[in-house]
Amino acid sequence: MARAVTNNLKIINTIVAWGIGFLIFFPILWTILTSFKTEGMAIADPPVFLFFDWTMENYTEVQERSNYLRFLWNSIFIAGGSTILGILVAVPAAWSMAFVPSKRTKDILLWMLSTKMLPAVGVLYPIYLLFIQFGLLDSILGLTLVLMLINLPIIVWMLYTYFKEIPVAILEAARIDGASLKSEILYVLMPMAIPGIASTLLLNFILAWNEAFWTLNLTAAKAAPLTAFIASYSSPEGLFFAKLSAASTLAIAPVIVLGWFSQKQLVRGLTFGAVK
Amino acid sequence: MATQNSRSIARLMMAPAVIMLLGWMLVPLTMTLWFSFRKYLPLRGGDMGWVGFDNYVSFVSSSSFWPSVQTTLIIVGSVLVITVFLGILLAILLDQPMWGQGIVRILVISPFFVMPTVSALVWKNIFMDPVNGLLAHLWKFFGAVPIQWLSQESVKSIIMIVSWQWLPFATLILLTAVQSLDREQIEASEMDGAKPLQRFGYIVLPHLARAITIVVLIQTIFLLSIFAEIFVTTGGAFGTKTLSYLIFSRVLESQNIGLGSAGGIYAVILANIVAIFLMRIVGKNLGT
Repeated sequence: MARAVTNNLKIINTIVAWGIGFLIFFPILWTILTSFKTEGMAIADPPVFLFFDWTMENYTEVQERSNYLRFLWNSIFIAGGSTILGILVAVPAAWSMAFVPSKRTKDILLWMLSTKMLPAVGVLYPIYLLFIQFGLLDSILGLTLVLMLINLPIIVWMLYTYFKEIPVAILEAARIDGASLKSEILYVLMPMAIPGIASTLLLNFILAWNEAFWTLNLTAAKAAPLTAFIASYSSPEGLFFAKLSAASTLAIAPVIVLGWFSQKQLVRGLTFGAVK
Repeated sequence: MATQNSRSIARLMMAPAVIMLLGWMLVPLTMTLWFSFRKYLPLRGGDMGWVGFDNYVSFVSSSSFWPSVQTTLIIVGSVLVITVFLGILLAILLDQPMWGQGIVRILVISPFFVMPTVSALVWKNIFMDPVNGLLAHLWKFFGAVPIQWLSQESVKSIIMIVSWQWLPFATLILLTAVQSLDREQIEASEMDGAKPLQRFGYIVLPHLARAITIVVLIQTIFLLSIFAEIFVTTGGAFGTKTLSYLIFSRVLESQNIGLGSAGGIYAVILANIVAIFLMRIVGKNLGT
């Protein structure tokens, strides 16, 4: 009897949860479906859900019309470059704060966090001016640097919380067993640190990929990544639903898939270790 | 334990990150502060000297200031209420036994990974277009007159879009918190005869209090500076200028740097007030 009740409950839970999940995901699903329709089908009333003539023509047209690949490369370079640079700078910092903490470690961590809170719009003009001064406007290098700096606090924090979990006792044990500093780092610390570094890399790549204030304001034609490419579709001549959907699908598909793998790290990374 | 030597190495390892962030914070902020005290119109006469607090006064007394504060409060407040309320319900639902929980989680979390320009543009056209949008079709199907979403109900539309983007974040964090709830405590209260609502009010909600606070603070900081969602949909028209969008348009559209910088300083102060509360919680959690 009790068994039957819980099973019934489980069925209801499943139906309700799948229904809500579907509803939340629907705008993404609809965009993907629309990208395979003809322009006529895309605005058909009543809307067609699955039974239409699937076509790839929107994708080919988006590529031909807008040089999609260049925007994609810009996105990859900027998001990838800023993340890797950030990790290179942050690993030593997080490492030393986790393993050689001093009285000021906590203050430094909190201060780094506070730089993340700085509203971008408050420093827009100075950055704009500095970019013109140094010839960085509309350059991949400039955008990479800015995105590295705005994500650096998150990178340091994530790495710090991961490194903090590596037990110091293991290091001491290795040392007693006669491990040299080099083998200590290579065989004991690295294997334990790599998962943390990998998740940090993943989450920050996603954040940089989606960043849409600096990428819109500091680029024009040359260094514009996908965020800016999509924004260019907001002009009236771009009002073709199927092509808009194809461009959107191309821009979001890679990171949504990456995002699915980073759920756990997302919580840790964006709450600065306060919720685990 | 650490020797003098390892301490100085540690300091050296920290140096690049600290110096970079210090520069990133101090240089532009000092410039903004400097510009905020000057009459500076790059396209109409350039830097015309020191004006004291004039920019601060005119930013606040301009006719678009209070509407922008109001819009900001409405958008941030509504999105917070919607995402936290629905987030709690969803987190508790997702914590129940069911089939395919992992897949539902993936479906729910996905909107968070959609880049802001894409979600703004997709909602604006494919869903909210008054003629061909899916919502217009839906309204017509029920015999209603389609809504001119982004012109007549502009603020509500933006709240809808932004809530859709941030609900996954709230849900995921609250779900993590729900899952750390002590099962035995729940079972004990069940045996003592606590009703589901009592269990929720006396055990689950207090347990979630900290996570809710963190969600509210972090979202507030991000929501105060939403940009693409407004830039792409209305461009600040139809009463959708938030405080940060107003500053943006003062700086880049009207090229009044002094005025925009004064606004920027206000925004920095506002964000810091929120940040202080957030840092207190995070700092407490840090222990050491």
